[in-house]
Amino acid sequence: MRDTVRFLLGDALIEIANCDPTLTVLDWLRLERRLTGSKEGCAEGDCGACTVVVGRLDRGRLRYEAINACIRFLPTLDGCQVLTVEHLKGPDGSLHPVQQAMVDCHGSQCGFCTPGIVMSLFALWLNEDAPSVARIEDALAGNLCRCTGYEPIIAAALRMSSGGHDRPDYEAVTARLHDLEDDETLALSGPGGHFFAPATVEELADLVAAHPQATLVAGATDVGLWVTKGMRRLDPVISLGRIAALREIADRGDRVVIGAMATHAEVRPVLASLSPQLDELMRRFGGEQVRNAGTIGGNIANGSPIGDLPPALIALGATLVLRRGGEQRQIPLENFFLDYRKQDRREGEFVEAVIVPRPGPDALIHVSKISKRFDEDISAVCGAFLLRLNSAGRIAEARLAYGGMAGTPKRAAAAEAALTGRRWDEAAVNAAIAALASDFTPLSDMRASAGYRLTVAGNLLRRFLIETTQPDVETRVAGQLAEAAHG
Amino acid sequence: MADARRRLESETSAMVGAPRIHDSATRHVAGEAVYIDDIAAPEGLLHAYLGLSRIAHGRLVSLDLAPVLAAPGVVAVLTAADIPGVNDISSTHRHDEPVFATQTILHHGQPLFAVVAQTRQAAREAAALAQAVYEETPPVLDVAAARAAGGRLVTDPLKLERGDVAAALAESPRRLKGSMTIGGQDHFYLESQIALAIPGEEEDMQVFSSTQHPSEVQHMVAQVLGVASHAVTVEVRRMGGGFGGKETQSNLFACVAALAARKLKRPVKLRPDRDDDMIVTGKRHDFVVDYEIGFDDEGRIHAVDAVYAARCGWNADLSGPVTDRALFHMDNCYFYPAVRGRSEPLLTNTVSNTAFRGFGGPQGMVGAERFIEEVAFATGLDPLEVRRRNLYGGTPGEGPGRDLTPYHQTVTDNIAGEVIARLERSCDYRARQAAIREANARSPVVKRGIALTPVKFGISFTATWYNQAGALVHVYTDGSVMLNHGGTEMGQGLYVKVAQVVAQAFGIGLDQVKITATTTGKVPNTSATAASSGSDLNGMAALDACATIKARLTEFAARHWQESPEAIVFRPGFVQVGAREIAFADLVKAAYIGRVQLSATGFYATPKIHWDRKAGRGQPFYYFAYGAAAAEVAVDTLTGEYKVERVDILHDCGTSLNPAIDKGQIEGGFIQGMGWLTTEELVWDAKGVLKTHAPSTYKIPVASDRPRIFNVALLENAPNREATIHRSKAVGEPPLMLAISVLHALSDAVASVGGHRICPRLDAPATPERVLAAVERVRAEAGR
Repeated sequence: MRDTVRFLLGDALIEIANCDPTLTVLDWLRLERRLTGSKEGCAEGDCGACTVVVGRLDRGRLRYEAINACIRFLPTLDGCQVLTVEHLKGPDGSLHPVQQAMVDCHGSQCGFCTPGIVMSLFALWLNEDAPSVARIEDALAGNLCRCTGYEPIIAAALRMSSGGHDRPDYEAVTARLHDLEDDETLALSGPGGHFFAPATVEELADLVAAHPQATLVAGATDVGLWVTKGMRRLDPVISLGRIAALREIADRGDRVVIGAMATHAEVRPVLASLSPQLDELMRRFGGEQVRNAGTIGGNIANGSPIGDLPPALIALGATLVLRRGGEQRQIPLENFFLDYRKQDRREGEFVEAVIVPRPGPDALIHVSKISKRFDEDISAVCGAFLLRLNSAGRIAEARLAYGGMAGTPKRAAAAEAALTGRRWDEAAVNAAIAALASDFTPLSDMRASAGYRLTVAGNLLRRFLIETTQPDVETRVAGQLAEAAHG
Repeated sequence: MADARRRLESETSAMVGAPRIHDSATRHVAGEAVYIDDIAAPEGLLHAYLGLSRIAHGRLVSLDLAPVLAAPGVVAVLTAADIPGVNDISSTHRHDEPVFATQTILHHGQPLFAVVAQTRQAAREAAALAQAVYEETPPVLDVAAARAAGGRLVTDPLKLERGDVAAALAESPRRLKGSMTIGGQDHFYLESQIALAIPGEEEDMQVFSSTQHPSEVQHMVAQVLGVASHAVTVEVRRMGGGFGGKETQSNLFACVAALAARKLKRPVKLRPDRDDDMIVTGKRHDFVVDYEIGFDDEGRIHAVDAVYAARCGWNADLSGPVTDRALFHMDNCYFYPAVRGRSEPLLTNTVSNTAFRGFGGPQGMVGAERFIEEVAFATGLDPLEVRRRNLYGGTPGEGPGRDLTPYHQTVTDNIAGEVIARLERSCDYRARQAAIREANARSPVVKRGIALTPVKFGISFTATWYNQAGALVHVYTDGSVMLNHGGTEMGQGLYVKVAQVVAQAFGIGLDQVKITATTTGKVPNTSATAASSGSDLNGMAALDACATIKARLTEFAARHWQESPEAIVFRPGFVQVGAREIAFADLVKAAYIGRVQLSATGFYATPKIHWDRKAGRGQPFYYFAYGAAAAEVAVDTLTGEYKVERVDILHDCGTSLNPAIDKGQIEGGFIQGMGWLTTEELVWDAKGVLKTHAPSTYKIPVASDRPRIFNVALLENAPNREATIHRSKAVGEPPLMLAISVLHALSDAVASVGGHRICPRLDAPATPERVLAAVERVRAEAGR
């Protein structure tokens, strides 16, 4: 057991012994360190004004990522390096190329979002050479600016020069972070409660068994809001962030095994390899900061009726691996979701991995996320479909999964039955659409009305049919699928 | 020395009109620009938090604050009983906006009390512990419900009338009726409301407030504390965005912070969480416009009769002038031979809607463009052609007389026709329109649409007395200059524009001019930085102060160097004194020794304007700002999803003070307007609870929403015909309304599914859901 959280703030080693489990990185920076460059715009990870860049060792390699400081719990920084907007200027006080480009392009007006935008662009600058406009837009999807309309910020991102300024000393930072790594469970207590961050799956299993009421925290992109918005006291908190084994993604040929702690950013390439539509789904997942922090396990275990991943994973026939102590059990993912915000996770159990079968070249796959705003929004309806046709051209298997249509992500059993055995044509789609009304009774809320949800749920099947049978017909207006179609 | 001189010359020669960077740009990007929450905490700082009503309408039967007081870290609770002055912050002085509700509750989120604690978190957690007992009354939430409940108004309505509308409608060859719903908009300034109050000796109170209207905050704090205005000083260096949301809405936070500071004799800060900010503060008014239009087969409008009903919320606030401005813009660029417009500012149990960039003007203009669209579809004419045919005095061969607005002001500076024509050419509108129609015929799912809409926006506060400004300029003996004026900086670049004016006046560099925080202690009785008027008013006031100092320096130099006053000229980088070239700093030093006053105030009052609201007549606007935008969109007719693919803008800034800053206002205003008309949707539930109270549910545009092709040009060689500051034009609000082109491009795409025969009547915001509903309706009607 180690009772001190250790991380680097810029070059400085920080060691904190008594720390509240849910103290946010942003509050710590602003209130305790008087580093007020990072701003609080929303306190829910949606506006990006608090963006900082975190360096962490990923299989021994130093990886820098933009994250939202407002919903990241400070103790989860253990073993990381944090860089804030205050760390960017050169030793001579000169602006960093990212900062200079923003100045030259008139990229700030009120300036309040600017430090966060600078940090998102800094992460992009560190990781990618000459990013495309589309890539820049992705990198900024989690940064709201209300003044500029983004045009000069995109211009700045295109202009930021790669050289002429010191990059972090990767070798030295890697060595220092490596020195901070250990197998000890981090166990902190503060006036607000207890925090544990085990380093191994075994330690985690023991801790969860010992503290069945603990809140398990992965990327905290949702749990963070329980604190900042719900003002909940979480005690104890068990963070899964230090367990390298849980981040592993293994390709087993006919299936992919994804550790629960793999972030959306890490999962994206493997899902992209299954279908470009899955790639697009992952591209549109939250903002870049959320994709860097949020995890596949968290997205599932959270049990949201509109979580973006579950419909797609259900359509693919994914299996969930749950663990309690030394025991493992596997269940089809769709059986995990019992009712609104209620899952089949037993006391002392945690999500360990997801197994995604590789669909193979014969499968037709479709994923559509419909939201009020195209990027960085929560779906009103998410439809994910998988069809297999037999040699006679009839539908042998249909898996239609929807989010936003019920209290849980759910398969459309009646519509699937209506499709099975038919030719994949308009008559089949019409039959399936008619059946959807018996599958779902969606709600009306601030995202969409019940009527719209039901209409769109059906129209997505029409889109699927057109895309699989009339590839020349334009069906997407935005995002990389539209761009790919435009050529 | 010669190099330095040349540098100074080039630095100063193109001062006004140069694309100078925002004065805080280098601090913004480094995180070094200080906002109120960044100010180092004064010794003994406490934190206040508001306790809010959990019902939308009814009576507060009892309020038990004992659990709040007992919470850890809590120092005090404050209710209306703790207010030494007046429990009212209504900016209209109608006494309809208590700081804290006492009995009657008029909206969900209305403040009931404040709690003060050692930390913000402690205060926030404690605020949730209050035990309130309510007697609920069904809330009146929207225009329809307010009308059904008797149509109680928050303020006197306005009627604009010219000609005999009833007769003109009766005589019109054709007429039609319709109704349009236009949604509201949250400001979503990135920096939420905040105030920091620091008590001084006796009754003195220093308040740092994120406000567009320091003078009003000063008056409100004085009123609530029951002290004279001279005891209260309000300061703001910068806001993290305002957009109208900090014109009156900052009063509450400043007054509560000051109240707590006064009671506890300690500094107090109040910063609501984003959700609470959105739940408590007013937004852009949503409107229902009911209209009847008389027109002919050539697409000429003969008469318009329209009622503009607004959801005003629980008190008057600025709803009077906002609904007035909607009527002032019910014409946009179009002449209505006979016209009647009536406002209906309705009281509802929702947040008190307030100023928001455009201030009712956008809603009036959205209505005008709907009228045009209706006429276009009814006549089968192209909407742009209908626009052109109805322009003010804009049609060749048309005699005089088509230049009178519904408020009887003559339009003398109309350039709408020219702006439209130039943009139509530069963006290749006709050819693209034809290509889109052709491509749509071959595309069963995705349909594209294009529209070009103009903007004419009246510049001046319609409250005529607001059109005044003051400035204070000090020249120090080293030649450096301190600049202060009543305008506030919210990101719009006002500070740098006025600094450019001052630097040019003295022939010095921008680095010689120190822009200082707006404070009621330096320039008193200021108007809100609003109505796009910031640089018009404060630029002129600052120039006036400079002129005073320059006159004194000129008189001194003529005496000192034995030259005629005409021989003294302030040139870029030096002062010409006869044959001599004297550095500004040297002249200043000599003048100081010569006991010349090197400090001056400046003042400006906009000329020519007057307005008689009762009669509905006058010249409320000094001039008009014009612009036009052409938008092209792609719509998915299966889902209602859409993308704005290309936008071309030509906008009139007169002779721009700073084209880079102005371009930023145009682009940013456009995108903000686009958000208002597309994805930004405010949803209240049946109990009056705002369901879209955070960025997770309220969707302002992100980077990928902006059009990939975005051509923005400033109209060249178009000096303001009025003698404004260096012949520039106001630019804060007008570009927002360029985004109406997006609504009409969406409408054009939707119309394609019905062969462009059925008017889509697309309401705002045009969310994917509304677009799909319009597609389905047009399809159904076309199939009949």
